[in-house]
Amino acid sequence: MKFTLPWLKEHLDTTAGVETIAKKLTDLGLEVEDVTDPGAALAGFQVAEIIEVARHPQADRLSALKVRTADGVLSVVCGAQNVRQGLRGILARPGHVVPATGVTLTKAEIRGVASEGMMCSWRELGLGEDHEGIIDLPGEPEVGMPAVAALGIEGPVIELKVTPDRADCFGVNGIARDLAAAGLGRLKSRDFSPVAPGTDAVTRTRLAFAPGNEGACPLFVTRTIKGVRNGPSPDWLQRRLTAIGLRPISALVDITNYLTFDLCRPLHVFDRNKLQGDLVLREAEGGETLVGLDGRTHTLTAGMTVICDDTGVVSLAGVVGGESTSCDEGTTDVVLEVALFDPLRTAETGRRLSIDSDARARFERGIDAGLVLPGTEFATRLILELCGGRAGPVEIAGKVPEVRGRLTFHTAQIGRLAGITVERDEMEAGLKALGFGVDGGPDLYEITIPSWRHDVSTEACIVEEVARLHGYDHIPPVSVPRMAAVSAQVLTPEQRRRSDVRRLAAARGLMEAVTWSFMPEGLAMRFGAAEPIRLQNPIHADLSALRPSLLPNLLAAVRRNVDRGFRGGGLFEVGPRFMAAEPGRQAWNCAGLRFGELRQRNWLEPVRNVDVFDIKADVLALLTAAGAKVDTAQISTDAPDWFHPGRSGRVRLGPQVLASFGEIHPAVLAELGIELPVVAFEFDLDSLPKPRARAVRGKGALQASPFPAVERDFAFLVEEGVTVDAILKAIRQAEKQLVREVSVFDVYRGQGVEPGKKSVAVAVRLQAQDRTLTEPAIEAVSQRIVASVAKATGASLRG
Amino acid sequence: MTLDVGSLRDQALAAIDAAADLRALDEVRVSYLGKKGAVTGLLKQLGGMDPDSRKEAGRQINELKDRLESALGERKAGLQAAALEARLQAERVDVTLPAREEQVGRIHPVSQVTDEIIAIFADMGFAVAEGPDVEDDFHNFEALNLPKEHPARQMHDTFYLEAEQNGAPLLLRTHTSPVQIRTMLAGKPPFRIIAPGRTYRVDSDMTHTPMFHQVEGLLIDRRTHMGHLKGCLIDFVRSYFESDRIPVRFRPSYFPFTEPSAEMDIGCKRSQGELVVGEGSDWLEILGCGMVHPKVLRAVNLDPDEWQGFAFGMGIDRVAMLKYGIPDLRTFFEADLRWLKHYGFMPLDVPTLAGGLSR
Repeated sequence: MKFTLPWLKEHLDTTAGVETIAKKLTDLGLEVEDVTDPGAALAGFQVAEIIEVARHPQADRLSALKVRTADGVLSVVCGAQNVRQGLRGILARPGHVVPATGVTLTKAEIRGVASEGMMCSWRELGLGEDHEGIIDLPGEPEVGMPAVAALGIEGPVIELKVTPDRADCFGVNGIARDLAAAGLGRLKSRDFSPVAPGTDAVTRTRLAFAPGNEGACPLFVTRTIKGVRNGPSPDWLQRRLTAIGLRPISALVDITNYLTFDLCRPLHVFDRNKLQGDLVLREAEGGETLVGLDGRTHTLTAGMTVICDDTGVVSLAGVVGGESTSCDEGTTDVVLEVALFDPLRTAETGRRLSIDSDARARFERGIDAGLVLPGTEFATRLILELCGGRAGPVEIAGKVPEVRGRLTFHTAQIGRLAGITVERDEMEAGLKALGFGVDGGPDLYEITIPSWRHDVSTEACIVEEVARLHGYDHIPPVSVPRMAAVSAQVLTPEQRRRSDVRRLAAARGLMEAVTWSFMPEGLAMRFGAAEPIRLQNPIHADLSALRPSLLPNLLAAVRRNVDRGFRGGGLFEVGPRFMAAEPGRQAWNCAGLRFGELRQRNWLEPVRNVDVFDIKADVLALLTAAGAKVDTAQISTDAPDWFHPGRSGRVRLGPQVLASFGEIHPAVLAELGIELPVVAFEFDLDSLPKPRARAVRGKGALQASPFPAVERDFAFLVEEGVTVDAILKAIRQAEKQLVREVSVFDVYRGQGVEPGKKSVAVAVRLQAQDRTLTEPAIEAVSQRIVASVAKATGASLRG
Repeated sequence: MTLDVGSLRDQALAAIDAAADLRALDEVRVSYLGKKGAVTGLLKQLGGMDPDSRKEAGRQINELKDRLESALGERKAGLQAAALEARLQAERVDVTLPAREEQVGRIHPVSQVTDEIIAIFADMGFAVAEGPDVEDDFHNFEALNLPKEHPARQMHDTFYLEAEQNGAPLLLRTHTSPVQIRTMLAGKPPFRIIAPGRTYRVDSDMTHTPMFHQVEGLLIDRRTHMGHLKGCLIDFVRSYFESDRIPVRFRPSYFPFTEPSAEMDIGCKRSQGELVVGEGSDWLEILGCGMVHPKVLRAVNLDPDEWQGFAFGMGIDRVAMLKYGIPDLRTFFEADLRWLKHYGFMPLDVPTLAGGLSR
């Protein structure tokens, strides 16, 4: 919502300057977005008269002028051809900055003649393209008059961000009312007194809504005005509209725009001679069309509120008028329409047809029902004043609805909700100035809500009115009372472990990413969505479905980073993945990946690509941090099919899958355009065993054996298909007491090992809790280990 | 018989001196003091002597032995020192060579700032509540006093799913406010929660992304008023921006779910395209807030004459940008490794009030 300071002052008698007004508006909740003052650059520029014109002695194209100003006569050298004695124009003097060029004027000598100022062109003042000559002001403006006044510059323009509840502040009068209530001046009223009819010309109107739909237009007021002349509107009106960014069109159109902003009272004016028969308001039938004033042909859907004549639809109620019955230069007779249209229907129509008009913006927020008849009078008066003509009687279809609500207000609510005490006088005066009826008191009031305040419905609303007039600045801040002397833990164990996992992943060298919850539908299906969770209105085809996995977006990020020149790196994300289109069918997931070279090229060791064991280390560490017991977990080889089938696995606790990890399937990488190997993991944090709050924090006593440990190495020859895990399990089962640690230190294929087999070298550490192991005891354990592994895997000891 | 101890000694001492390394020195030791060594040979001759001579010869031999042993010891120490010195020289490396590379990742600013916000509100007794990203009309709109066709719904630019529930399309939450509703429906007052999370709107330009992060706050009890709202949020911004002098301003505003409503601005200065928070004469909006609307309280079965309190909603990405000078919201979600390294946080920089929120 834009308006100008002089415009505001027609509604508000105030001496306040634009800065004071802007601050007060913001304090009232009418947030000022911008204040611009096109006249500010012309401060000091003034009207001056040329009293003598002489040829410059040294230059044919220049004149040496004598110019009369408010404080004496100056010499000015001028290059314009339209100089003449008696011309009154705008003079800039040394020290002034020429708006169009940014140059600061100085006293100068131009080819030997002193010049003490500059007579300006329109273009030099930044007020147009006219540079044919200097400004030649019409009439005889007083010498010394400020340029801003002489040029009719409208003054500072204020732009507000009006919140949608304050429908009344989409008019300058509503803004002025708030300022007056806040003590910044006195509210002035437009002349709403009835204009006596000068003709009995009428246009018959009829409301023809189906029963139950009368609310579409409860009130439709018209007035026929004959004998108007529809030329350009006067300068002051054109200037005002231009200042707020509207294009002046013709007097009649400009008047409707003017009232839209002046009183938040949108109007429509039909050319009566283009109408056939009566005006009928009804619901549109599907498929009817209207060529709007916006130049577009709109196809209407059933139920939209339309205004029709005998030929069909001529206007879309509250949204846009029709081209066929619009006013032009030839218009002589008009029908002025001042109506109330249903906000919801107006909004719906505008939305469906994508029409954002100033009228729609106001009707959909709610128009002041009390202003329909006064607005009709003011509009009539303005038309007669600017266009002449004779007005017919006011014709009313429907009736003014009773919208002034009432509520009971307990004064105590101010203290209870706002934490302030406001004097009774201040409170009552403020509410009255806003238009509220205030009866009773001091503890209990009967409040009547003004017809323009659809936003007020509860006691809390009244508290807000009182508090904002009083000033939010004057509400004393109070810290919230502490719940306990020492703050308690607030994070749940699940929340805590998300943070632990994040920080460990970063500590292991992975960068935390935050990627969209959306992804392309096709990828969602490739990554496990049985049925993609589609958006109706995605912002882009690549963001059309909710993600079933975090990996695709991370892989897309790999692609972008490779394009940026990275040859290796790691990323992870902790965030939601979505299983089904249902609130709550989502899980906190942690996914991570490493791509390309594990480390940069360096002098210490050869470069190698990341492999599945790098990422296995990551996932096991993160699962441990999340509280899962990975030393008792099993690894199975049934990872989802976006992983390489032979280089991936799952971490399981019995039937429960904790995590998947492995190389990303080469086909998936090819599809995504990634040419480096990628290893990745993913797990749902929510499905890990719940961290349990323990009653006892003690860790139990350390059981360190004082007796020496011995290490024995074994090399088992097994078939290629035997998993190392099976060997390790067989070793642990062979001797549960003494085996402390089993580690694999070599897997060998090649010379000395027959094809199809592999040699797995294992170190076993043995230690007893209560004695030193003797050689025969160690030998016996070794025998049992070999037997157990042989039985479980068919292994033989390598000779 | 006399022993030529003197010449043997001179000979032995010369040999010890001449030994070039430990192995040669040991050979000298063996040749004199070993089982078949010269000195050992002398001892064997003692048996054929008369007692007096034997006594004298014994003393001389023992003296010789002691002398040689001590000479051997000294020489050994000298050779060892020389050998160590040679080894140290040989083992010299260029320690200016680069160290073994270690990779440290970073925590994303959204996570870090969320942790900071949690740390501050936790101290004020707020727990962390959560709710789903996929929401229904009731929790996202209806219960928040945003009935269908409410004009303010248009401000929300909602993403709708194709899927429906109870005849209405499901949607992606446009704000974290539905967590208020879920929290109040699930529990009993009083409530003190914050709810950080992902939020979604159909919007994409320099300052808007279709997904962003908000944190909701809710405090409901029997006596909390707007003074507490102001106090709580002023306490928060001063703690978050780590400055007691941050200018703040509360302006009346409008949200369907609060009444009275306000927006909070902090003082800032714009100079040369940079934004400095905490000084200057400009104002920057950082959050919306207000007293929970009586209709919202009724929607969750609380009596607005008994229970009251405030709610607020703040953009996490936005306050992250302000505090850490990150210029462009869109870059948050691009996972650019250079950006993450530059704007991310070290994994052990866990924000706490005791240790400081940031370094």
